[in-house]
Amino acid sequence: MVETIENYRAHAGNILAAYGGFSPRVLEAMRIVERHKFVPDRMVPMAYDDMPLPIGFGQTISQPFIVALMTHLLEPEPDHTVLEIGTGSGYQAAVLSPLVKTVCTIEIITGLGEIAAKRLSQLGYDNVQTKIADGYFGWPECGPFDGIVVTAASDHVPPPLLEQLNPGGRMVIPVGGRFSIQHLTLIEKDKAGAVTTYQLLPVRFVPFTRGVR
Amino acid sequence: MISRPALAIISASILAYEVLLVRLFAIVQWHHFAFMAISVALLGFGISGALLAVWKSWAERHSARIFNVSAVVFGITAPAAFLLAQSLPFNALAVIWRPSQLLYLGIIYILLAVPFTAGAACIGLAFLEGKAEPGRVYLWNLLGSGAGALGVLAPLSVLPPMICLALTGGLGFAASAVNTARHGDLRSLVLVAALAGAAGGAWTVSPSTWTSLRISEFKGQSQSLGVHDARLVAERSGPLALLSVIESPSVPFRFAPGLSLQSPALPPEQLGVFADGEFTDAIDVWDGRPESLAYLDQSTDALAYSLTQLPEVLVLGAGGGRAVRQAIAHGAARIDAVERNPDLHRLVAEDFAERAGNVFARPDVTSHIADARHFLTASARDWDLIVYPFIAGDPGGSLALTESYLHTVEAFRSAYRRLRPDGWLSITSRMELPPRIVPKLLSTLRRALDQERMREPRTGLIVIRGITTVTVLVKRGAVSASDIAATKAFAESRAFDLVHYPGMAAEEANRRNVLESPDYFEIASALTGEQHLDLVGSYKFDITPATDDKPYFFDFFRWATLPELLALGPAGGAALLELGKLIVLATLVQAMAISLLLVLLPLRAGHFRPKSKRTVLRFGAYFLALGLAFMFIEIAWIQKFVLFVGHPLYAVSVALAGFLVFAGIGAALSARLERNLPSAGNVAIGVAVVAIALTALGYLAILPPLFNALATLSDAMRIVITFALIAPLAFFMGMPFPLGLALVARSDPDFVPWAWGLNGCASVVGVTAATLVTMHFGFQTAVAVAVATYLVGWLSLRIRTADS
Repeated sequence: MVETIENYRAHAGNILAAYGGFSPRVLEAMRIVERHKFVPDRMVPMAYDDMPLPIGFGQTISQPFIVALMTHLLEPEPDHTVLEIGTGSGYQAAVLSPLVKTVCTIEIITGLGEIAAKRLSQLGYDNVQTKIADGYFGWPECGPFDGIVVTAASDHVPPPLLEQLNPGGRMVIPVGGRFSIQHLTLIEKDKAGAVTTYQLLPVRFVPFTRGVR
Repeated sequence: MISRPALAIISASILAYEVLLVRLFAIVQWHHFAFMAISVALLGFGISGALLAVWKSWAERHSARIFNVSAVVFGITAPAAFLLAQSLPFNALAVIWRPSQLLYLGIIYILLAVPFTAGAACIGLAFLEGKAEPGRVYLWNLLGSGAGALGVLAPLSVLPPMICLALTGGLGFAASAVNTARHGDLRSLVLVAALAGAAGGAWTVSPSTWTSLRISEFKGQSQSLGVHDARLVAERSGPLALLSVIESPSVPFRFAPGLSLQSPALPPEQLGVFADGEFTDAIDVWDGRPESLAYLDQSTDALAYSLTQLPEVLVLGAGGGRAVRQAIAHGAARIDAVERNPDLHRLVAEDFAERAGNVFARPDVTSHIADARHFLTASARDWDLIVYPFIAGDPGGSLALTESYLHTVEAFRSAYRRLRPDGWLSITSRMELPPRIVPKLLSTLRRALDQERMREPRTGLIVIRGITTVTVLVKRGAVSASDIAATKAFAESRAFDLVHYPGMAAEEANRRNVLESPDYFEIASALTGEQHLDLVGSYKFDITPATDDKPYFFDFFRWATLPELLALGPAGGAALLELGKLIVLATLVQAMAISLLLVLLPLRAGHFRPKSKRTVLRFGAYFLALGLAFMFIEIAWIQKFVLFVGHPLYAVSVALAGFLVFAGIGAALSARLERNLPSAGNVAIGVAVVAIALTALGYLAILPPLFNALATLSDAMRIVITFALIAPLAFFMGMPFPLGLALVARSDPDFVPWAWGLNGCASVVGVTAATLVTMHFGFQTAVAVAVATYLVGWLSLRIRTADS
């Protein structure tokens, strides 16, 4: 799978080139996290294909290439605290776990959130904190954050999330309409607090759902 | 003998079922997949023809009984097939990355083909039995079909769509009962009644989860209802859409496309409005205080209000009222709000009026239930600002198949003329990478402005973009220095990017929301410059201006780009694949393959032995040509009447009914002619074909100005005029088929059911081929192809006559 992801570097065009290609740390995290433990039993045979897979509740686990890309764009460091909006299966949080100090992850769908929390705990991802809540308002008690990764699409960037991003922090978020083409967007907050956004790939994500299920 | 009223009833039920399936699939899945499934299932007509050709003698001996059984099978399977189809775990969107989903699609084909085959068998039997007077059979068939196409709109207006589905099945039982009663077969009549009762009882006692619409879990409505305290608070079912309002009290909807990253205001509590399961707009729960709507000044579409003072505003496509509230928030002096769907308007203006702050009851807001294009054409008023409906993008390429007469050169010219001097036209679209919608919008606007003889199109244009939206403003007049200063201040305070204003420097572009390259700036510069046609010709997507002749604004498909998109699939290219057009193409290929099989089957099986190969070729060519040409004309004119009638569904129903009814009358007259003067059949076919050619080509010239001149008429009058315009064309189109069938019956009676199946297959192929031709080459070309095909069909018969 990791080889496949590396092969897709070409598709990311100048984005990865600008950031020096996938970092070895990210690729190592992708290598050690067992994706088949994050998909329903019937999807296990396809767990290492580079494609999104349904995980129930109308949601999907993202394509590994996109997970790697989003993780890479965050530029995670061992002392970082990272917020993830949209726990889903817990796979993205698991990939982030060995790369940073703390991962705070919020899931809006109760059923999914409970399953993911149990799964992450059983698999020993002890630096991952989970919460079932509306991700629009972030998680101030767990922050501020050096990185925020949003794995569900929204038609705008929630202003509360920007407030919880540290100066010098980065946010990666797919922005766009439901089931329309969404842009993978990198948001940088400089030391002075000024924000610049970079629109990267067109991607198709599960929509940014609202409310607790 | 099969009862003619029974024939009319089963014909009506098949057409009603077809229209209904389009609605039902649009709700539970996406409508372009409905197009594919139904088109292929319609090959049931071909299947029935092939079966009747194989078992012709047996079918003739037991025609009444087979009719009764087939009609009952239709009655049972029409609802059952849909219930089973919607229960399959088919995810239309997943076809992109999981080809195994095609298996489910195949099962849907088979399921839907059953009722169509059963229903079509009834009609085929009637032709087989009545081959001596096919015109009369054709008359009852077409009258029934016309009534079904139009008649289904009435129940759809007042009843839930699933009840309409059950009633359509009931028509199958009714046809069987009428035919049974005609033969005085009391025992069979009781049996049909008992079966109908059992079917109705089974429907009634079934768990409601079986007989309810199962909207795809990937559609917005299903996902929103998954929120733990979210609930459906209102539903309005109409022929245009199934509208649902969802309330999510703990975490309200937050529809604010393109909201500035620096917005100090957040959207208020909102109710989500869904049309056919997809989010369409939000209703703000508004307390009446202007500050509650402050967030509406924080998106790119608010720019126009920084360039005007207390404007009089026309809002096209008022929907849930977002643009109306934005106009109110900016102190508009007068607001005219146009909405096509009366149910949607009632939801906001009546059902949720109080929570929505009685927006539409305000003295400064006037509501108009009308099609936006008609309103622009017919209105005598002018405005300071005209706001186009938000272009939300094209999920999965489904819009590519839909005519959009509001986004054509002619429509933009109408809007431009309705602007007061120094007035603004404001169009906002979701931003895409790579850009497709905005380039097409700019190229279409460019041609409109050129035709309006605007000297320098670039001097009247301002474009800005935020993180997810792009707003294009067109001024009736030249953009002034104060306009530019206000635009810069607006963009700067909200972290938006400038894309175009007269004299803009490249360094000013792409600074806040940084793209890999300044595509939008470069595209806008090119499309407003001298060499704009170079970009249109070389762009990777089709951004040729949309016109009334080719009103497919959302069709960006270019064959040359397809391999690149497929290669980019893993990195997001799949999202750019326009499935709409590819699906039509796939449908055409499938329809042709299955048709070929169905056409050849009776020949290969040896049950049908035509007198000679020449007979097969000549009559085969004739009936193939008729099926194709009829559908080319029908599809092309339906597309044209969408502009005149104002809504695709109404246009489809009215035009279908018109074509079928008047073709039926033409068929009846040809039957009389055939009876009284059998030798005149060939001449009559020639006269009909020439009349079709002259009428169709004549309409090409007179309809555009006629439509403009009559745009101010009421809906009812426009429908009456549509019927009147269709009448002469359809009348002549109804003649060649029964006249040809009579010729066949005389020279080779065995050929009749095969000809019927051949015609059915050609019709299905014709629908998809005509759709592709109108999308690719335009309406006029489709009509020309139809006329040429009619002439080819006629010539093939004449060769036969000379030979004989």
